[in-house]
Amino acid sequence: MPHQTSLKTVKRSNEPFWWALFSAGGVIAALCVPVLLFMTGLAIPLGWMDAPGYEAMYTLFENPLSRLVILVIVSLSAFHWAHRFRFTLYDGLHLKHLNAPVAFFCYGCAILFSAYAAYSLYSF
Amino acid sequence: MSYGRYKKNHPWLYHKKPPLLWWVKKWAYVRFILRELTSLGVAFYVVVLLTYVNAVSQGPEAFAVFSDWLKSPLSLGLHGIAFIFVLFHSITWFNLAPKAMVVHLGKKRIPGRIILIMNYSMWFVVTAGFFWLLTTV
Repeated sequence: MPHQTSLKTVKRSNEPFWWALFSAGGVIAALCVPVLLFMTGLAIPLGWMDAPGYEAMYTLFENPLSRLVILVIVSLSAFHWAHRFRFTLYDGLHLKHLNAPVAFFCYGCAILFSAYAAYSLYSF
Repeated sequence: MSYGRYKKNHPWLYHKKPPLLWWVKKWAYVRFILRELTSLGVAFYVVVLLTYVNAVSQGPEAFAVFSDWLKSPLSLGLHGIAFIFVLFHSITWFNLAPKAMVVHLGKKRIPGRIILIMNYSMWFVVTAGFFWLLTTV
C-alpha cells in the first residue's frame, strides 16, 4: 500500500508567524530604540539635552497617534525579544529539550506585555 | 529503524553534548551570542518607555519621581549598557538585511548596496525625526 499523506494530518508550523513578528520588531527596534534610549535614558538625565517639561510630555502623549506609535514600538519589540531570547536559550544554554516551556514563557511574556501596554496606553 | 531491546552501545550514547560555554573560544561565536543578547537591551528599553508614559499619565509627582530615577547611577549604568546593545542590534540588523531581502524592481534585482544605503538613510531620518520631536515639544 503506497504511503499517503492526507492533508488533514499535516500539522502546520506556526514558526513563520513568530518569525514575522520577530522580523517586524527587529526593524522597528533597529530604527527607533537607539535614538529614544539615548535621549530619554542618557542625554536628558545627564543634562546634555533640555529636559522636556511635564506639560509638554502630557500634550505629546495625549495625542492618540503618539500612543499608537508607542504601542507599535513596544509591542513589536517585545515579540522581537521573545523570539530572539528563545533561540539564545536554545543555542547558548542547550535548552532544546525544554522547547515548549521556553517558547511558552517567551511568547507568553510578549503577549502579556503587549496586552498591558495596549490597556495602559488606551486608558492614558 | 528500531534498535529493539538492545540497550548497550546505543548511537545516542556517543553523542557528546558541547560544553555550555562552547561559544567563548572564537570571536565569531562570541559576536553571535552578543548579537542574540541585544534583545535584552531592547526588552529593557521598551519596559522603560512604557513606564515613562505611565508616569506621565499618573501626574506630575509620578513623572518627577521617574525622572529622578532616570538620573540614578543604576539607571544610567543600565541605559549605557543597553545603548551599546541596541546600537549593535541596529548595525548587525541593517548589515544583514541585504542578504535576507531580495528586492526586485521589474526584472532587475536591486543590489545589496542600495538596500544597505536605504536602511541607513531610513535610520538617519527616523533618528532625526525623534530628535526633532523631543526638542520642539
